[in-house]
Amino acid sequence: MPPLAVSAITAFVLLNVVIGLVTYVTLLERKFAARMQSRIGPYRVGPHGLLQPIADALKLMMKEDIVPTAADRWVYNLAPVVFLVPCVLIFATLPFAPTLGLADLNIGVLFFLAVSSLEIVGLFMGGWGSNNKYALLSAMRAVNQIISYDLPFVFSALIPVVLVGSLQMSAIVLAQEGLWFVAYPVIGQLGFLAFLIATIAAENRVPFDILEAESELVAGFRVEYSGMKFALIQLGEYAHMIASSFLGALLFLGGWLGPGSDVPLVGALWFLLKAMLVFLLVTWVRWSFVRIRVDQILAVSWKLLLPATLILLFATAFWVALRGGPGA
Amino acid sequence: MADSEARRVIEMGYGGNERLVMNMGPQHPSAHGVFRAILTLEGETVVAVDAVIGYLHRCHEKLGELLTYVQYPTIASKTDYVAAMTAELAYVSAVEKVAKFEVPKRAQYLRVLAAELQRIASHCLWLGTWCLDMGGALGGGATVFLYCIRERELVLDLFESLTGARLLYGFHQPGGTRYDVPAGWAQKCRETVDLIEQRVDEYEAMLEDNTFFLVRTQGVGVISRELALEVGLSGPLARGSGIDFDLRRAAPYSSYEDFDFKVPVETAGDCYARYRVRMQEFRESIKIVRQVLDGLPEGPISSRPGVKSVGQVRAPKGEAYSRVEGARGEIGFFIVADGGPKAYRMKVRGPSFSNLAVLPHIIPGCKVADVVAIMGSVDPVFGEVDR
Repeated sequence: MPPLAVSAITAFVLLNVVIGLVTYVTLLERKFAARMQSRIGPYRVGPHGLLQPIADALKLMMKEDIVPTAADRWVYNLAPVVFLVPCVLIFATLPFAPTLGLADLNIGVLFFLAVSSLEIVGLFMGGWGSNNKYALLSAMRAVNQIISYDLPFVFSALIPVVLVGSLQMSAIVLAQEGLWFVAYPVIGQLGFLAFLIATIAAENRVPFDILEAESELVAGFRVEYSGMKFALIQLGEYAHMIASSFLGALLFLGGWLGPGSDVPLVGALWFLLKAMLVFLLVTWVRWSFVRIRVDQILAVSWKLLLPATLILLFATAFWVALRGGPGA
Repeated sequence: MADSEARRVIEMGYGGNERLVMNMGPQHPSAHGVFRAILTLEGETVVAVDAVIGYLHRCHEKLGELLTYVQYPTIASKTDYVAAMTAELAYVSAVEKVAKFEVPKRAQYLRVLAAELQRIASHCLWLGTWCLDMGGALGGGATVFLYCIRERELVLDLFESLTGARLLYGFHQPGGTRYDVPAGWAQKCRETVDLIEQRVDEYEAMLEDNTFFLVRTQGVGVISRELALEVGLSGPLARGSGIDFDLRRAAPYSSYEDFDFKVPVETAGDCYARYRVRMQEFRESIKIVRQVLDGLPEGPISSRPGVKSVGQVRAPKGEAYSRVEGARGEIGFFIVADGGPKAYRMKVRGPSFSNLAVLPHIIPGCKVADVVAIMGSVDPVFGEVDR
């Protein structure tokens, strides 16, 4: 087979795996949240509610697709796609196991960080194109927040990069063979903590979900979306979140490393397990806190998180220089 | 006050002219029913608010003239449907005052029991919905909400076994109560309040050790003592602003003087102070419930025969105003009787209505997110505002 065809097939498979994963992660989150709230969660569709995500997807497909009369049709219709594409694209560079993955770029981390911040374009298009005041306000908040939190997100993600001296994801994983970076003295724990906070904020999850803010802005930028367009936005959001969880697991928790990870499938399982751990951590935070205000969110970023991650990054660089070069 | 003058009072001096008028309600996730606030925004800051009420007007006062004294208590409970017991109590005590009915001691104690359990249930709902406003239906707020609803259900179960109803009870009748406590109920009630007392500790642990909750509530929506007096606030709002006033102690009704309880007062006047007041009221109400159960006297539950016909209660010519301390503040019913089985005129003083009047004074200058936090801390029930 020509290499192009192989790539295309791999991409197709990966895309479907990602979409399947995203749908089932929603079930995981709902079950997890239900347990936290002394509920049972979805239980009716299939055994233990296992078919619930499929039922949800089918329902959304059958919903009427409404375009507000006053909406900017082009922008409005295009926004979910523009939002979804970068969120799915970031999976391309993730190595799920030594040989499993679409493209192990030598600038993998950079690609991930750059593309993942592109979601803001689709988000703002949705908010603007809906021609709705709630959506507009939400889009304004989104721009504020995502720009503020992308910096600490990037800085904290760069800490392992500095330690390893490579932007290639597989190299970062292999460098953790002896010691996962989360166990790296001081730098590792602080870096992981900063990464988690920045992830929650960059994903717009409670307590930082001011753009959705359903008690103020109803549903924020997606208030006018229905049916499949809404599903695409939802899909994008969860895909982005899971991708960030994978990134966290890769940068700090040793990626696919674990007993028996020489077999690609076992490695991928380990990776998935670690990513789900990060995801559940984020979910735990989400279902425990109340939302904070927009000015407080910005203050947390610019006054605390940004200087802290910057100092941490410099400290890491200093340490690496002192040690005489990168490499774990 | 002329319209333009009112506007000048509530608008604050902000520079710039890029303003956005945003409609919050009447159909909005945190409208607490059907409240409509027309917000004028500059960026995220609210510079003016126009509060519109009246979407839930159901002619309660007119119904008070059309229905008899026997029929109306069930309608009175619909004014404040979250705390129906106290609204009923306020109405029947006004009828008793104008008709000069005696209320047996046992009935008075049962009324206190119902009112305090109702306060617990109402505060549970308030805490849940308020956190829902601040934390979102897809976040920690929903967690608190579901916990609170779990506890409210326990109280509603008690009411169900007492009266057969879970929301609107018809427990009171002029002259006493309609139902006595069934066998084994007191024990169940004790267990329930014991459990709720533990759970209140849990809520406090979850919220007060939570920095996000504190930054959202402390210093937000400050009502000064003067403003509270001027607007005529009552209930937890007034007590959160340092006004030490509680009708249960200031003008005891229904044997409240027999019970030992404290009136919590906070002086900060912000959302957090109102929260603290209500959390302490949980405990005080539980204390009162226990005292009632310990000292429940024997005897009849009503000085009047049971309800046989709708016209059997007649009040002589006269008028009376009766007020009770509800979960949201002073609930008052004013009745003008003309000798027949119906009131000639009836007027309701709903605490939510007066409390809501404070919003235009404290909202301008806040962020949009604070609007819902403040509104939730006011705890309005629109059945009572619009009546």
